[in-house]
Amino acid sequence: MSNEHTQAHASEHTGFPWKHVIGLVLSLILTFAALWCVTSFAFSPALIVTVIVILAVVQAFVQLFMFMHITEGSKVWQITAIGFGAFIAFCVVAGTLWIMLFAL
Amino acid sequence: MENIKHFLGNFFVTGEPMIYMADVAIVLVSLGIIFVLTYFKKWKWLWKEWLTTVDAKKIGIMYIIAALLMLFRGGVDALLMRTQLALPNLHFLDSQHYNEIFTTHGTIMILFMAMPFIIGLFNIAVPLQIGARDVAFPFLNAVSFWLFFAGAMLFNLSFVIGGSPDAGWTSYTPLAGKELDPGVGENYYLLGLQIAGIGTLATGVNFFTTIIKMRAPGMSLMKMPMFTWSVLVTSVIIMFAFPVLTVALAMLTIDRLFDAHFFTVAAGGQPMQWANLFWIWGHPEVYIVILPAFGVFSEVIATFSRKKLFGYHAMVFSMVAISVLGFITWVHHFFTMGAGPGVNSFFSLSTMLIAIPTGVKVFNWLFTLNKGKIQFTTAMLWALAFIPNFLIGGLTGVMLAVAPADYQYHNSYFLISHFHYVLIGGTVFAAFAGLTYWWPKMFGHILNERLGKWAFWVFMISFNVCFLPMYLVGLLGMTRRMYTYPAGLGWTSLNLIETIGAFGMGLGFIIMVYNIYWSARYGERDTTGDPWDGRTLEWATTSPAPEYNFAHIPTIQQVDDFYYMKKEGRQKEISKAPYKPIHMPNNSGVPIIMAVFFFIGGFGLVFEWIWMGILGGIGVLACMLYRSFETHDHHYIPVDEIERTEREAGRFS
Repeated sequence: MSNEHTQAHASEHTGFPWKHVIGLVLSLILTFAALWCVTSFAFSPALIVTVIVILAVVQAFVQLFMFMHITEGSKVWQITAIGFGAFIAFCVVAGTLWIMLFAL
Repeated sequence: MENIKHFLGNFFVTGEPMIYMADVAIVLVSLGIIFVLTYFKKWKWLWKEWLTTVDAKKIGIMYIIAALLMLFRGGVDALLMRTQLALPNLHFLDSQHYNEIFTTHGTIMILFMAMPFIIGLFNIAVPLQIGARDVAFPFLNAVSFWLFFAGAMLFNLSFVIGGSPDAGWTSYTPLAGKELDPGVGENYYLLGLQIAGIGTLATGVNFFTTIIKMRAPGMSLMKMPMFTWSVLVTSVIIMFAFPVLTVALAMLTIDRLFDAHFFTVAAGGQPMQWANLFWIWGHPEVYIVILPAFGVFSEVIATFSRKKLFGYHAMVFSMVAISVLGFITWVHHFFTMGAGPGVNSFFSLSTMLIAIPTGVKVFNWLFTLNKGKIQFTTAMLWALAFIPNFLIGGLTGVMLAVAPADYQYHNSYFLISHFHYVLIGGTVFAAFAGLTYWWPKMFGHILNERLGKWAFWVFMISFNVCFLPMYLVGLLGMTRRMYTYPAGLGWTSLNLIETIGAFGMGLGFIIMVYNIYWSARYGERDTTGDPWDGRTLEWATTSPAPEYNFAHIPTIQQVDDFYYMKKEGRQKEISKAPYKPIHMPNNSGVPIIMAVFFFIGGFGLVFEWIWMGILGGIGVLACMLYRSFETHDHHYIPVDEIERTEREAGRFS
């Protein structure tokens, strides 16, 4: 019988949340960089897509490290969660490409 | 002056007597509510006890009240449609009005009725079932509710201000694009869903964290109640599916508001990409509303069969399998787009595959019933009726999964009937079963069984009268979304029967609402906290549960531990003195204020008043900023208050 079992956010936070602020600023920069690259330059579509994908992947890592506690907690959970996420991302992206090609 | 007149003529929906009646009704009801609250001096009570609450149990009740209101709205839409189609060549509604009504019916029933109903049940049952004091993020939970509510209100506003969306609940481009659908209707759809969707996404995160992190000591994942398992799996699906909707809605919003071309052919966009993205979210969404329904039925069937649920592990694994497979079946919603035989074959196969784990679950329920001491309570009747009705919907679903045959069935009334059988026979029956089952836990009294059974029989029979003929009329060639039809096609009598069934369902709903009123006044009070002789932890506390849920968090030894607690007399330990102070979150007005800003911003964007959108956005950010610096966000319930509460409940020992 334990009464210590209380709210998950019970721990007191101390110090300025630098990690979150930097993460937010980086995310905003990366997002607007993608927009800027589309609206301000006349790149070829292939180049635009490449740049956007690179910016998106970088932002995914920024969020995983700055917001989503990827370095904390049990390894098994982290690997399962990332694995499932990668699986869904693969299904969505590969599936969409396959479907929208109207080739097969 | 002319300008103002012109503006108002476009701003308010004009020219339709039914809309004027609705205007009058809205004004009168609003005035009535304001009068009652003022006359009985209830404003402060409303604000302190409900609008600012972060208590999951109260948020759950608010979700369900909102869902019932939306069920009424969506139901009225349905009755208007069925009236229009009762006989050939009727002109009760014109084609534009009919388009608007089937669009709002579908959107409201899925997003603003089914979703809040099941999320309401999450809030009521999950923290109690796992022996927690609240959800992991109570403040965020309130934000979720108020965002849903703001989104729902924004969407519902459309029919009196500006005009309703009219491109179907699927809002397919190019029809929903600016070129073919100017005006604000589709903007309401996009913004309303976007705001509510953010709330739902937060709910997914919240309940996933709650279930992973806050279970009572001893309750390993494989000792959780089945409803909690279904919510865990659903939360995962929400977290992975809803971002796709968010992105798709944002893209179409940018197309419509800022002249981008994601979905317009003219500048290299792909209109069919919308259908693709919509269903990448839309198919998992189907499982988001059906898996918790399976969870409710698992609880209800086990409780009223007086047996342990058959095949616990098989139930869990089939749900996990469904959550994975649910992400690779989406093309079956648009086989006829003609992506190609390879694509259609793959998605045809994956769709049939997902029927297997679902079938496993059906057998588990049947084996749970086998040799059980079955009690035919109202909740159990809904659960028992679910099995055959859902089976009809499921099997016709497998028929639709056959891609070549789907070219015949697609968008016919056969399809309409199929998804109403799974959504009503599954989700709505579960909502009613769950409502009846957990009602005592919510309000401390039992819903009248006699009225409940009347409502059940009237609704269930009428449901079949309404939807069974739709399979036939669909096979006879009637397609969805046609606003009228000529005589002499052999559709007339079937349509008339369907309309009679639809009004029967309305009658069933009225009996249900009357039952709520009757039971609140005269219903049997639940003084035990365990009116059904339940098997899971929510029945271990009082009805309704105190703010802190349990005086002591129980230690769990096995599945259905409460059943064994009662046998071994361990359940008294939950309320045994001495107590320790209990740590609880504070109420907050920020969520509702933030939702108001979301509403203002959303409304601005609907009318393309960018300044108003920015204003709303600033308000939202200001609320977040304020919350970031709020340090007094929790309190301790002192021991004497716990003692008083437990004593009043007759549990102090």
